[in-house]
Amino acid sequence: MKRVLKLLENDASLGAGQIALLLGVGEADVERDIAAARREGILLGSRSVINWEKAGGDYVTAMIEVRVTPQRGEGFDRVAERIYQFDEVESLYLMSGGYDLQAVVIGKSLKDVARFVAEKLSTLEQVTGTCTHFLLKKYKEGGVVYARPDDAQERVAYL
Amino acid sequence: MSGYAPQISARAASLRPSGIRRFFDLLEERRDAISLGIGEPDFLTPWHIRDSGIYSLEKGFTKYTPNAGISALRAECARYMERRFGLSYDPAGEILVTVGGSEALDLCVRATVNPGDEVLIPQPSFVAYGPVVALAGGVPVPLAMSEGNGFKLTPSLLASALTPRARVLVLPYPCNPTGAILKKDDLPALAGVLARSNILVLSDEIYAELTYGCRHASIAGEPGMKERTVVVGGLSKSHSMTGWRMGFAYGPRELIAQMTKIHQYAIMSAPTTSQYAALTALRDGDTFVESMRESYNGRRRYMLDGLRAAGFSCFEPRGAFYLFPSIRAYGIGSEEFCEKLLLSQNVAVIPGNAFGESGEGFIRICYAVSVENLKESLIRIERFVRQL
Ligand SMILES: Cc1ncc(COP(=O)(O)O)c(C=O)c1O
Repeated sequence: MKRVLKLLENDASLGAGQIALLLGVGEADVERDIAAARREGILLGSRSVINWEKAGGDYVTAMIEVRVTPQRGEGFDRVAERIYQFDEVESLYLMSGGYDLQAVVIGKSLKDVARFVAEKLSTLEQVTGTCTHFLLKKYKEGGVVYARPDDAQERVAYL
Repeated sequence: MSGYAPQISARAASLRPSGIRRFFDLLEERRDAISLGIGEPDFLTPWHIRDSGIYSLEKGFTKYTPNAGISALRAECARYMERRFGLSYDPAGEILVTVGGSEALDLCVRATVNPGDEVLIPQPSFVAYGPVVALAGGVPVPLAMSEGNGFKLTPSLLASALTPRARVLVLPYPCNPTGAILKKDDLPALAGVLARSNILVLSDEIYAELTYGCRHASIAGEPGMKERTVVVGGLSKSHSMTGWRMGFAYGPRELIAQMTKIHQYAIMSAPTTSQYAALTALRDGDTFVESMRESYNGRRRYMLDGLRAAGFSCFEPRGAFYLFPSIRAYGIGSEEFCEKLLLSQNVAVIPGNAFGESGEGFIRICYAVSVENLKESLIRIERFVRQL
């Protein structure tokens, strides 16, 4: 199943038939693997990789360090859940080190994000502090390089 | 000055431009074409390897190296050959670092061939063998491989070609353009025939890392063969390093010494930056090679299946990154087939006769391109043959 998942991770548009050929296994086996991965919550979905900066999408991204007080019996999970339910929160991670949660927040403008932090995030009773970093340029995300310089190499003429 | 003909050597003038070149001229004008033509990996050189090249520049390693190559690299070559193919060579004297496998081929021929000597060249095969032999004043003798024999050199064909003038046999496996390989159990019979002659083997093993389903076996590993074999290796195909120009020659001390002498006068030393990058490639590159091989293997199966589904009769290649389907069923020659395919469907493949007359009736497809392009080219090729 892992080899099927690896291929899908790189190209979600591959059909079971193509995957079967690429791996040298039966198509039915691939279909079974995919179905099982869905059922077991391993394959959670598939989406396209879009460079919004090029497409003219207007939005800003912020990485927000969040310090929280964990709750008895729930640890960080309860407060994490309260945070990630906001649509503005694109990702949320529990971290080791100098702070507890890292939230990636997307908004239409700096003001938008600032308002979200001030009004929604820092007012949660378990949140003891935040530190907001705005993202200036995306070089690579999810294994995909965004800011690639133009490929201008001349190629071999014979062979 | 008009008309340089008197200034041009007869040997240079006698070389025909590569048959593939014409297609690239056509292709140049068609920017949106899908090219399955160039025999080159589609991966960039792994970053760790590039980084080593950059680091060597930072440290200021910008001078000539010893003629045979830096000793650390030759030592790493020896370890690599032992680890991967069970062949042992002494870094001091039996290994030469060259400017691509191309230079190693040229040096070996120049060091061993006298004017009029015959060099046996199984074909279809790499386009450079014949010209390199001709430039040395040798006589290229093509041996026609057939699909029926899996494009392998058979012991009987070899035996029949062993004239007293035959000095060198080029052994081009894994083979560009057919993808044929020689298995371990094909080798003893060939070695047996060779043992009865005085012939030297120039074994072009540039694709040795790209075999599917079994490990590459070198003729040099057969009893008595190492003493009369020059193995050509390199990083172009295995490590996606075509532009670095890193090749290696492995062979008997006396031969390597002669080759090194020519190399010293013609080249001086292989590119320094590339040698430091090569060190990392050979030392730490096995997992990269493994994952690239896996990726080619998937595309090999995908393309082979697609071509067969489109009606082609196609030999299953076990090496390199080429497919060599027959186009005889379509009643036109390979050049016409390729030209029409390019002009009507914008897909570039190479006519088999570019690799020798025995390649007529076939086309070479390089599948080292993205699955997306393979998918689209299959659709176009199928559309093309349906209207033939
Ligand atoms: C069979 C064969 N030998 C040798 C070479 C030369 O490769 P390089 O000089 O890049 O090592 C090639 C390149 O296409 C090849 O296909």
